[in-house]
This record gives sequence, C-alpha cells and structure tokens, in this order.
Amino acid sequence: MSEDALIGLFVATVQFGTLVFLAALGELIAERAGVLNLGVEGMMAMGAVSGFMVGLETGSPWAAFFAAAAVGALVGGFHALVSVVLGADQVVSGLALTIGGLGLAAYVGRNVVGERPETLFTDLGIAGLADIPWIGEIFFDQPPVVYLAVLLGLAVWFVLARTRLGLALRAAGESAPTTDTAGHSVMALRSGAVMVGGAFAGAAGSFLSLYMAPGWVEGTVAGRGWIAVALVIFGAWRPGRLALGALLFGFTLALQPRLQSFDIEVLGVELNRISPALLGILPFVLTVVVLVIISWRYRHRPSPAPAALGLPYRREER
Amino acid sequence: MAKKLLLKLLVVVATITLIAVGCGNDDDDAAPAEPAPAPATEAPAPATEAPAPEPEPEPTEAPMDDEVIAAFVFVGPVGDAGWTWAHDQGRRYAESETGATTLFVESVPEVAEDFRAVVVDFIENEGADVIFATSFGYIDPMEELAGEYPDVVFEHASGFKMNDTNFGNYFGRMYQPRYLSGMAAGAVTEANQIGYVAAFPIPEVLRGINAFTLGAQRVNPDVEVHVTWTSTWFDPAVEGDSAAALIEAGADVIAMHQDSTAPGLAAQEAGARWVSYNSDMSAFAPDAFVTAPVWNWGPYYTRIIDAVAAGTYSPGAYWGGMDDEIVALAPLAADVPADVAADIDAVAASMVDGSWDVFTGEIRDQDGNVVVAAGETMDDGSMLGMTFFVEGVVGNASP
Repeated sequence: MSEDALIGLFVATVQFGTLVFLAALGELIAERAGVLNLGVEGMMAMGAVSGFMVGLETGSPWAAFFAAAAVGALVGGFHALVSVVLGADQVVSGLALTIGGLGLAAYVGRNVVGERPETLFTDLGIAGLADIPWIGEIFFDQPPVVYLAVLLGLAVWFVLARTRLGLALRAAGESAPTTDTAGHSVMALRSGAVMVGGAFAGAAGSFLSLYMAPGWVEGTVAGRGWIAVALVIFGAWRPGRLALGALLFGFTLALQPRLQSFDIEVLGVELNRISPALLGILPFVLTVVVLVIISWRYRHRPSPAPAALGLPYRREER
Repeated sequence: MAKKLLLKLLVVVATITLIAVGCGNDDDDAAPAEPAPAPATEAPAPATEAPAPEPEPEPTEAPMDDEVIAAFVFVGPVGDAGWTWAHDQGRRYAESETGATTLFVESVPEVAEDFRAVVVDFIENEGADVIFATSFGYIDPMEELAGEYPDVVFEHASGFKMNDTNFGNYFGRMYQPRYLSGMAAGAVTEANQIGYVAAFPIPEVLRGINAFTLGAQRVNPDVEVHVTWTSTWFDPAVEGDSAAALIEAGADVIAMHQDSTAPGLAAQEAGARWVSYNSDMSAFAPDAFVTAPVWNWGPYYTRIIDAVAAGTYSPGAYWGGMDDEIVALAPLAADVPADVAADIDAVAASMVDGSWDVFTGEIRDQDGNVVVAAGETMDDGSMLGMTFFVEGVVGNASP
C-alpha cells in the first residue's frame, strides 16, 4: 500500500463523512424536535438535481448549494405540513417523501441527464497548511463544503445545547404538551426543525451532484439518505457523536474500493480477499451493533431517543 | 393560526411544483444531451445461434397495413449516455432506415406489473407489432406476454429465453471491442498498471475484463490490470471513488464496466486516462478519453423490423460480434501510436472475417493453469460461463 493510497483513503473518508454528516445533522434537528423524517433520501435527490440545475444555469456552485438547501427546505416543508400541521403518521409521510422526492427529482431533471458539469466545488488548498505532509491533504485541501459542515455541526450543537431556542426545540421532542404549556408553539418549532433539516439534506444532495459524483441521473443518491437516518441513531441524537459516527461510516465507504487493492494480511486473513459486497453492508452492521450497545447501556435509564419522537401533537387531545 | 400556516405552506408547495414543472419543460425538445449513465441491469448473455432474421413466413404475422409499429421498453433514461442511450440511438437508426413508427418508454422498473402495464398499453392502444425490451430483469413477464399475444413479436436484449414463434433474444460479443480497447490502453499506460472499475463478478463482466487484459498484453506484455468491484451498476459516488482509489494505488489508465461516467471524471481530475463503455463518452472527459467499446443496436433493430414487415420473422438467440457491427470500437485518442492503431485495425479485421477470436490459446488463468491450449479457441458455452481471471489480472474473480 502506497502513501498516496493511504492518504486517499482518509481524504475520501472525510468527503463521504461530510456527505452523510450534513444530511444526518438535518435529520438530527428534526428528530430532536420530535419529528422522524424518513424522507431524507428524497430530499437529497431533490437537492442534488436542483443544485445541479442551478449550477448549470448560474455557473456558481454556491448559488447551487443554497438553492439546493432552499428546495430541501420546501420539500421538508411538505413533511411538516402533512405530519406536523395535519398530524398524519410520520413514518408514512416520510416514506412518501422519499418515494415522491426520488420520482419528482427524476422528472425535474430529465432534461439535464448527461449534461456535462462545468462548475463544481474545487478543493480549497488552504495556504500554508495544505502543504503539510499527510495532514495537509486530508484536512486542509478539501472542498469548502467540508469546512462549512464542521461549522454547521458546531452551530447546531451550540443552538441545541446552549440557547433558549434549543431548549424549546428539545422540549418539543421530549414532551409537546409541556412545551405548549410553557407558551411555545409546538407546531412552529417542529415545522421549523423539519424545514431546516430538509435544507441540510438538500445541501448534502448538491455536494453529491456538484462535487462527489458530478452530474445528475436518477439513482445518484443511492441510499446515502438512509445511511443518514441510521447515523442519527448511531450518534445517539448528539451532534458530536454524530460527527464521529459520520467519519466512521465515511471510512467504511472509502474502504470498500481500497481494501481490494491493499495487499495486507491481518490475523492470517488477506484483506483484499474480503468480499466487497460484505464491506458494503458494514455501515448497517455497525448501526445494528451500536443499537444493541445503546439499548444495553440504557437498560436502566431512559433511552437517548427524544421521548416524543414520532408522536404527533394535537392540543386538547389525549 | 394553524390555518394560516397551512395556507402558506400550500402556496409554497404549489409554487415549487410550478417552478419544477416550468424548469422541466424548458428544453423539452433539446436533443438528448450527451451521455451519462443508467441503471442497466445486464446479465447472463444468451446462447449463440445464427443472426436472427431467417426467412420462415408465419401466417399469423400477415400485416394488413405495411407500416410496422415498433415499441421499445427502456430501463433507464434515454439521456443517460450509456446503456439506454445506445439503445435509443439504435431505435432512431432503425426508424430512419425502415420508415417504421417507433415508440418508447423510459425508466421502466424491472418489476413485472410495471413492465406488463407498459407493454399491454403499447399493444392494445398503440397497435405495436414488435416489442423490444432492453433489460435482463424483464425476462419473466416478457415470456408470459409472448404467450398471451402470439401475433406480436417480442425481442429481449441480454435474455436467454425464447420460443419457436414470436419471442427471441439478442446480445453482442462485447468482448471483441473490449480486447481492442485493451490494446489502446496498453499502448498509452506509462505505469503499466491499469485500473478496472467493475460492477459484479458475473461471466459477462469477467469476460470483458479478460478480453481487455489480453488486448493490453498484446501490445504491452508487462501490463497489469487491477480490478475493483463496486457491487453497483450505477452509483456515481462509489464508482468515481473506486477509480480515484485505483489511481492512488498506481494505475494511470481506468477502464470500466459501469453505467456511470463517474470513473472518467475521476480519471480526468487526477490526470489519468479513461476507457469508457457503452458509448463514446469523450465529451465527458476529453483529456482522459482513450477509446471505448460501444454498442450499436441499429442494424439489428432494422433487420428485425424489416423481417416483421415482410412477415418473415422467426425468433433466434442472437449473439453477434464485430462482423455484424452490433459492437464496435469508438474512435481512438490522437496519442494512440500509429502502429498500435494499425494493429487494432488488423485485429478488428480478423474478428470481422472470423479468422481469429479473442479467447484463442494459449491462455492461462491467474494461477498459471492453461485454460485454453495453444491453437484452440474457447467455445461459446465456456465464454458464457466464464468464472476465472486470466494471468495479468490482479483481483479476485469470485469475491
């Protein structure tokens, strides 16, 4: 295994990690407010296609990124309307969003399929730091979205943990009647959280179509939205753990192609003979393992999941 | 309060829908853009037989009107630059050659109910005389429909089922142009390491990798072909990253058996070269592009439609090669040396006249065992069931 290959492994880890982290961070916000949104895959697809189209039109990856976030927020708004405002089942509405979002994205993008992307995010190459051996290429020569994701992660942690808004949001996720009694609008808090979550998913989608897999065709998102949903559970609904989990998931995604060309033996097992199909399920196996650990560790305590997650709230209804 | 919010949201949703629809329609009539990829599920290739149209008049087929209506069921979008794009080019070619009316539906899932609904609509409402279905997964509903509509001809790409009257299958010897593309790749690699991003370890893909490797070795005996399995037909993020990983590991040319263009974009980004697949994808990564083994379905579609029009159709299991032009090699990049280009032409000519084929001995597998003895040529059955890698491939044939 060459030095280049090893650096490449970590560069790809950070990028795949960023992709799922952004989407999962959005889902975390929604879930902390008590709304499960299984529509991440659909929101990412809508973000990917709309971001790509705006990128083609304007030539600006940032315009594309924010347009994708706006579209993600609007699509998330649909889930808010159906499940928060109208109180419909969150699972059904979220699944509908995934299926509908994938279909709508295919329709909206049918005329840009195969367009050659001209304007993409480029690696930042932070002056001075990017030239440090190893570390430089992995941490200081990444596309700007990577750094933005770090800032957003810190911001989400700060808002949730240190502000009154965050307290109210978390309260909406733990006990909606209490939040209501305290004078906060559960509906506004939850709808807002779902829409912000949608914006994050949409933005993550545009990171795919404008950097990681430039272009648009149906199937571009390829299940990353579901990884994001799993990641929130993996991260026990906390931004810090989510970031660690995202890097771990990113690592497994980056490992899959690379392990096949690494000629190393661990405990008598030639790593490059491990089936790539098996490697592909690693993120999901990890999730199940962590679920087991969480339920074991919390067997005498309340689970880390928001208590009101998935429960619609209607005032005066018991 | 709730009502107001609801109204606002409704307005917002309605607005996006309008915007979406508006954007979508903008360039409806623009020509299908240059290629990108599609989820083509290619799979077991058919058994071989003589090229399809063999005169054998069928009473049931007597066309009242002489205009044939040919309907195509595509698994991906026609703008995908890959598998479906190539079939659509074939459809257009056949339409202009035969004057037949052609219809198509894109992105039809490989789900029996969906496929059936599309085909029944073609037959009942559009009067289709011949159905071309272009993905392996349609095989079972296709067989049923062929039984239910004996007056309609059913032709299945990449399938293996057929009957005696109205249901045939067709595929091409893609391994032939793969070999030629390997020659070009072997000539342009400086590292003598070529990366091959591959979908699934099925015979069709193994055959392609082996043919490519044998071609590369013909012009460059030192070359190694490193294979990475993606376990996807179409996942641009994984396929692009797999190409990047192969380049990091030392490869300077990337070949692929995938339906996305992502490996090419990754190669261009890294300053490496690229052998694409399905169609000439040079527009996507012009600096990286070397050549590509490509599909050319038009002549076959033309022959079938002509046979249906003449009432002479009889089903076959067609596996055509360079001689029938169903597979071909895209133009070579300018830096492929002239002597190699001339050699490629000569080898292609020997495939066309049938004097030589790719799997002619002596060929050894990865472990050095002789799999085809000197002077012998592998039969079609063995090619269709191929499960090994030839010497020079680095990777795992049964991961």
